[in-house]
Amino acid sequence: MADLKPGDAIPELKVTPDKYLPHRYAGASGDFNPIHIDEEFARSVGLPSNILHGLYSMGVVAKAAAQGLAGGDPRALKKLTVQFRGMGLPEQEIDVTGTVKEVEGDRITVALEAAQGDNRIIRNAEAELEL
Amino acid sequence: MALKTDAVGKSWPSTTYQVGREKIKEYATVLGIENPVHFDVDAARAAGFRDVVAPPMFVVVYSMRALAPAMFDPEVGMNFATMVHGGQTFEWAEPVCSGDEITTTARCVSIEEKLGNGFYVFETTSVNGDGAEVVRGTWTNIVRGV
Repeated sequence: MADLKPGDAIPELKVTPDKYLPHRYAGASGDFNPIHIDEEFARSVGLPSNILHGLYSMGVVAKAAAQGLAGGDPRALKKLTVQFRGMGLPEQEIDVTGTVKEVEGDRITVALEAAQGDNRIIRNAEAELEL
Repeated sequence: MALKTDAVGKSWPSTTYQVGREKIKEYATVLGIENPVHFDVDAARAAGFRDVVAPPMFVVVYSMRALAPAMFDPEVGMNFATMVHGGQTFEWAEPVCSGDEITTTARCVSIEEKLGNGFYVFETTSVNGDGAEVVRGTWTNIVRGV
């Protein structure tokens, strides 16, 4: 990875959460907020359907950074900051893209974004990794 | 109406979470993370970990339990009907492995009004059994129309 330089794209990660992904994520994380797992409830509060957990989408971004730059080494990711904007929906492909911003010795800063089509669900994400 | 800021600086009682192999596997499986260090103790040890190691974002499993009482505290008084999770930062230090007992403390960092919306910022600090910090989280919740 010594040859990484600012402006380089990191490998893209595409994943499509299936209809029951939010339910499995609720079980794994302990976050059972009904807006994520109950379509009827979600519509009753004005949402288009049940929506993905923001922290699930952040988990996908973390995976893209660690997998794309550090072979999935869980020690590599030192910091991740994100802004949640558009709502993520099940059964739509999430596309995570990233660009190297800064390289300083073994520390690398990457700008990332996660989108479902034109809907950017995570923007202004920044990851710091130690490789 | 002025935003209620009494809870700024307040801390809530810590929670302790015992990390286990099956919970790490469950989390990694849902995220589609395939590195064997999250599933197989021999692979984890061969890579230099004490035991099966948690993916970084496993932090949500133990830190949200400490944050919940802060979020629902009437002294904070967030209006959940118009609240969204606006932003999140995690800073990781020591890796978290199966067998670790992680103690997390939540604190209210700031409550501010910006352009008619309320910004509620909380911090969670998680330490392992040796007292070493494993992760620090900054949670920003935005309440529209305060």
